[in-house]
Amino acid sequence: MITLSDYLVLSTILFMIGLFGVVRRKNLLMLFFATEIMLNAVNIGLAAISNYYGDLTGQMFAFFIIAIAASEVAVGLGLLILWFKRKGTIDLDSLQSMKG
Amino acid sequence: MFEAVAFYLFSFLTIAMFSITVMSKNALYSLSSLAAGMIFISAFFFLLNADFLGVVQIIVYTGAVMALYAFGMMFVDTTTDVVEKIANPKLAFVLSALSAILVIIIVISPIVADNIQALYPVSANLGNAQDVGLVLFTKYLVPFEVAAVMLLVAMIGGIILAGKKMDEIHNNSELDDEFNLKV
Amino acid sequence: MEKYLYIALFAPLVGSLIAAIFGNTPKKVFLGVITSSLIFVSFLSSVLLMMWTFNGNVVKAEMMDWITAGNFSISFGFVADQVSTTMMAVVSLVSGIVHVHSMGYMAHDKGYNRYFSYLSAFVFSMMILVMSDNLLGLFIGWEGVGVCSWLLIGFWYHKKDEPVEVNSSISPSWAANEAFIMNRVADLAMLVGIFIIFWNIGSVKYDDIFTGIQSLSTTTIVSAGVFLFIGAMGKSAQFPFHPWLADAMEGPTPVSALIHAATMVTAGVFLVVRLSPLYEMIPEVGYGIAVLGAFVAMFAATMGLVHNNLKKVIAYSTLSQLGYMFVAAGLGAYWIALFHLATHAFFKSVLFLGAGNVMHAMDDELNIKKMGGLYKPMKHTAIIMILASVALAGIYPFAGFFSKDMILEVAFAEHSYLLWTILWITAGLTAFYSFRLIMLVFFGEERYKAFGFHPHEAYRFQIIAMIPLTILAVIAGFGEHSFMEYVSHILPEYHGHVSSGTVMTLIAVTSAMALSGIGFAVWKYSRGGFSKSWENTFIHKLLINQYYIPKFYDVVFSKPYKELSTFAWKEIDMKIVDATVDFIATSIYDMGESSRSMQTANLSQALKWMAFGLLVLVALVFFAGLK
Repeated sequence: MITLSDYLVLSTILFMIGLFGVVRRKNLLMLFFATEIMLNAVNIGLAAISNYYGDLTGQMFAFFIIAIAASEVAVGLGLLILWFKRKGTIDLDSLQSMKG
Repeated sequence: MFEAVAFYLFSFLTIAMFSITVMSKNALYSLSSLAAGMIFISAFFFLLNADFLGVVQIIVYTGAVMALYAFGMMFVDTTTDVVEKIANPKLAFVLSALSAILVIIIVISPIVADNIQALYPVSANLGNAQDVGLVLFTKYLVPFEVAAVMLLVAMIGGIILAGKKMDEIHNNSELDDEFNLKV
Repeated sequence: MEKYLYIALFAPLVGSLIAAIFGNTPKKVFLGVITSSLIFVSFLSSVLLMMWTFNGNVVKAEMMDWITAGNFSISFGFVADQVSTTMMAVVSLVSGIVHVHSMGYMAHDKGYNRYFSYLSAFVFSMMILVMSDNLLGLFIGWEGVGVCSWLLIGFWYHKKDEPVEVNSSISPSWAANEAFIMNRVADLAMLVGIFIIFWNIGSVKYDDIFTGIQSLSTTTIVSAGVFLFIGAMGKSAQFPFHPWLADAMEGPTPVSALIHAATMVTAGVFLVVRLSPLYEMIPEVGYGIAVLGAFVAMFAATMGLVHNNLKKVIAYSTLSQLGYMFVAAGLGAYWIALFHLATHAFFKSVLFLGAGNVMHAMDDELNIKKMGGLYKPMKHTAIIMILASVALAGIYPFAGFFSKDMILEVAFAEHSYLLWTILWITAGLTAFYSFRLIMLVFFGEERYKAFGFHPHEAYRFQIIAMIPLTILAVIAGFGEHSFMEYVSHILPEYHGHVSSGTVMTLIAVTSAMALSGIGFAVWKYSRGGFSKSWENTFIHKLLINQYYIPKFYDVVFSKPYKELSTFAWKEIDMKIVDATVDFIATSIYDMGESSRSMQTANLSQALKWMAFGLLVLVALVFFAGLK
């Protein structure tokens, strides 16, 4: 039988994969992909807990996270495009004007 | 029985897809595997009796968000493989691995608390969608409306951010006249 | 009657504060008038109190509580008994006259307002000292007069330091510091004495002390008495705390008249007289005091024989007479000491004021070798000074005769013939150097003409101010008997007995000594004085360098202390303390600098740090949960 712990372990693994991507990626766009992974991992965790305790709160939370993620993507991509137009590259290492 | 099979199958697939997302050098492969991963995640939601959430995941995430990313990719130069200068590749791996191990150990341990009360309990007779609708429009009404406003704002923001300076690079005077946009 | 007490106490303070308001503005004559009038108001109150206490009444007043902490309770209390009213009257009279005289003396000085403020503040502190009914109030006054004396000696603080050969007092600020520091060292002993008394008796009020000491062990009383006397030695410039008095002449002359003749230096004598019940119980300490007093009397008189500085000679004479007072107090004749204090105040202050007139006439020249024959232009001052010197020498019927003779009688009656001899010889020396001064300044060859001085007499009002003191210096001796009756309400009577025949002999012998001293001085100096060859003798060198004591103090105390201070400054303070503080500051700064490397604007770096932070938090949760 699949217990809550299994789902939580899965959620953790996915989250850490996302974290690994966030830390490793130098391309801004790919960084966003990794962020999405993290968000989804959390959603799985929440839904799992909600199911195993018979509580709808977790699903509601996941629901709103999806909404927020969507708007975050919209704005983030807008900024990304602006940056690309200004600098011509989306390499993270070029993003250093606030050094010091 | 089926549940266990489905769980392990989908989890394997999800992990594989997401691993490709984070490790691939090609942006297109990355995007595609991300989209696939999203779909498989919605399978989990169905497994967890969160039907409505699963459907929303497919529509919003795989549909809208992935489409957004695809459009976004069009604006940036993705033909060349991105050369990533990584200073310390091992460091990232170590950090993640250690965190993963620790959290897994935390999570594996059996939950000891007994009297966890459900705040908004699932009602047995209604379907999930009805249940969600009931809670969403009564208890979570205000966050719902606020989320709607936020989406509106994000949309407008996205348009303004991405739409305004198109003329600088493309230097399209017909667009300028047609849309009456000032530089 | 209490209100007279407060008027006498606070009138000088009011004057001081009024003058302080104008401290930095140019001279305002009305300030001199106001402060002098307020001092005379204080004098009138003191006289009223004196008359009231004539029959044995005592006025006590508790103004307010000062410290109440558990068992320790001190209040600002004042008492006007026979001893304190005597002092109050003397102090306020002399101060009032000095104020008036200063109006003329400081007429051309830029710090006129500041001067009167300091002078009145001094009178206020002295009043606190004499009127207080407990030792700590006395100590407040003690320190107050020390501070005001410092302010006044160093009044011309902007005068630069001069080398010792040119000016043995170096400079006013140096002299002021010397006076204050020497007094401070003695004050430490005084505080120890006060502590001993408080520790054993539990109170510092005189009444409580006098009842409490009956039950103390002799050692305790001896130690308290000795320590308190050491404090008195500092204020009254007894050996070895004496150099500051001669150097204090750097201040304005009226200041010397007030402080170093009549008031501050007598505070030590006042302390011993005030604590007479205590010293009655320890006659051995009293004898020690008397011996020291006699030694100082002779010591100072010898130094006064050769100095050529007008004010320094008078200063040594003060020192000598203070020795006399301590002999009297030490041998148990407290009222005689007090009497001599009063008469001495009169004639010494008027001597100083006269010296001030001479200085003013001679454009602040102090070397008496440059004067001479000043009788003609300065008749009034000369007459006043001659009268005062005769009183000082102790010739009948002037005041000094009565008080000095009594002291000699006391010494004889106590069978301390050595003390008597010392004092007898000193009387002769006193007469000699006083008249040496008179002869060299006012008579003889008019040396000043060669130096281009044009002396003129002082202002009329200054002379008029000096007259009451002169009159008192002449006639005060006749009040001896009534004074004794007056003061005996509080002070013990002196029971030394000498047969009347011996008394007459003693008087004759003493007067002969004094007269011979005067005669010798007059005879020698009318013939042009001693020859120059005397200046090369060992004795002369010894005396003119003040027995090399200042040099000794400089080498033994000042220089090593300076070395110690420099060491403490350079090594301990700068290298250790400063370095530690700086180290703390720089280490924090360096920490900040090194943390700065975290602040690359690289998003990837920041994300790595975030992941690291997450790891740390998770580990914390994990290990906390393990317990």
